[in-house]
Amino acid sequence: MSLWRTLAKRLIMAVIVILVGGFLSAVLVRYAPGFGTDERQLDARLSAESHQAIRDESSAERGIASYYVEWLRKMSRGGLGDSRSMQKPVAQLLMERSGITLRIVAESLAIAWMVALFLVAATWSTHSAPLEKTCTTASGLLLCLPAGAVALLLILLNAPGYLALVAVVFPKVHRYLSDLVGATGRMSHILAARAKGISEHRLLLWHVIPAIRREILALGGVSIALALNAAIPVEALCGIPGVGQLAWQSALARDLPVLISVSLLVIAFTVLANSGADLLADERRQPA
Amino acid sequence: MKIARMVAIVVVSLITLISMGGSLLPGFDYIRQDRKHFSEGPSYEHWLGTDAVGRDRLARLIHGTRVSLLLAPAAAWISVVLAFVVGAAPGFAGGVTERMAKAIIDLALSLPWFFLLLMVRAMLPLNTSPAVSAAITFSVLGLLGWGVPARILLARARRLRQSEFVALARAGGVSHRRLFGVHVLPNLLPVMTAQFWIAVPVFILAEANLSLLGLGVAEPLPSLGGLLRDLESGLSVRSDLCNFAALFVLVVMVSSLQVAFMKHEVS
Repeated sequence: MSLWRTLAKRLIMAVIVILVGGFLSAVLVRYAPGFGTDERQLDARLSAESHQAIRDESSAERGIASYYVEWLRKMSRGGLGDSRSMQKPVAQLLMERSGITLRIVAESLAIAWMVALFLVAATWSTHSAPLEKTCTTASGLLLCLPAGAVALLLILLNAPGYLALVAVVFPKVHRYLSDLVGATGRMSHILAARAKGISEHRLLLWHVIPAIRREILALGGVSIALALNAAIPVEALCGIPGVGQLAWQSALARDLPVLISVSLLVIAFTVLANSGADLLADERRQPA
Repeated sequence: MKIARMVAIVVVSLITLISMGGSLLPGFDYIRQDRKHFSEGPSYEHWLGTDAVGRDRLARLIHGTRVSLLLAPAAAWISVVLAFVVGAAPGFAGGVTERMAKAIIDLALSLPWFFLLLMVRAMLPLNTSPAVSAAITFSVLGLLGWGVPARILLARARRLRQSEFVALARAGGVSHRRLFGVHVLPNLLPVMTAQFWIAVPVFILAEANLSLLGLGVAEPLPSLGGLLRDLESGLSVRSDLCNFAALFVLVVMVSSLQVAFMKHEVS
């Protein structure tokens, strides 16, 4: 299959997944038991007309299919509606905050991958059982900690909050990589190469990593999704004004326009990252 | 590894026993407020001290562990049943059903489920009771967490469909229903059990993250995640080692669950 055809096919699939995903998130919100309940209705200072206006506002969002179609139509014209809770255009809110989230996600992914790769390479080169056990225990311990708790512990230690994202991504990347490298290291062609006296570094760089490049790329896509999911508790608890904090604040305020836009943005980012990783790893297009 | 697994099973059993038994004792009331002792350290009356409103931390820890230990397996059960319906049955049927199931699973896996969970949980009515909020939180976890087990069950069911013993049974005239119930289902059960035990700690951690954001199990009902919010108050009031008790129990429980059922993961 030609490169352009593969690209077009994956792009169409990605668009379908994004649209269906956005619709599903809207449906989930619409049919949640408390949809239409607004905290402002409890405010005794508001007049009867204001209460009615609030009810009318939420009743406009009741027909979910029509609301979603209308939302998509607005989006195609460059508008995402206005946030009810923050009194600002949603597009402006996303523009202000997405850069911050992208920066901390990119930084934490880079650190987590570098540390994981370094430790896997060090364990491979030294064949040190204590080092391997220490790394396994550390990553196992981090896997047992919720991202939010790590964020709070980092605040206690006066450390930057984005390190909590590193603590979420690192153990999964390290565990998977060390399992993959370990399994590949037991393959007969690697054993034969080692028996011929090829150095451990050369073995790792020229024989092991190329053999598992597809899995590494797939793991890259998965780690982006992991970091994005963990960004909500981390940003909310550490006071980082990114998209995760926006999602949390709008969830507390039941702000449907912001929630749908944020979920579509995150779905788009996750799907494109996974499709990109799949495309790069697609063996059918690798030179023979 | 065998010793580590035995120790982990003993630890999980002990925590379960203490949380189930302790929560039935009259002295461990998780709502009762001691109005003379707010945010205090350990004492003879309150072994782990009291929280910001004078409630006994130990009683809340015992009840919170029980809530997580009862509801996380229930959520795991929901997700495994859904995974069976969406993954295993179409995987064994094959054809268009299998392709459709695969597309649905791929879609479910590409969704950022923590965002969806946050949205649904935030939309609960304002007057939802704590017990209902706990049940809904874990039900939503189960309803959204079926993607990975479904993909694994689908692959397993497809492998079984293409296996020689199934072809032989078909050639022998065994009906489709009997083939699935008698020959395929027993082979899927170990995978389902493995997925169940993998899901339990995952759901405990997910609830902890939600509760830390104030969107998990509602007050005054305690859960392990809700108790972690003491860490947050510890930042502003004073750092007390007892603030870390819930985190300690959570880490010990989740790591023990992971080590204890590692064997199942392999199967």
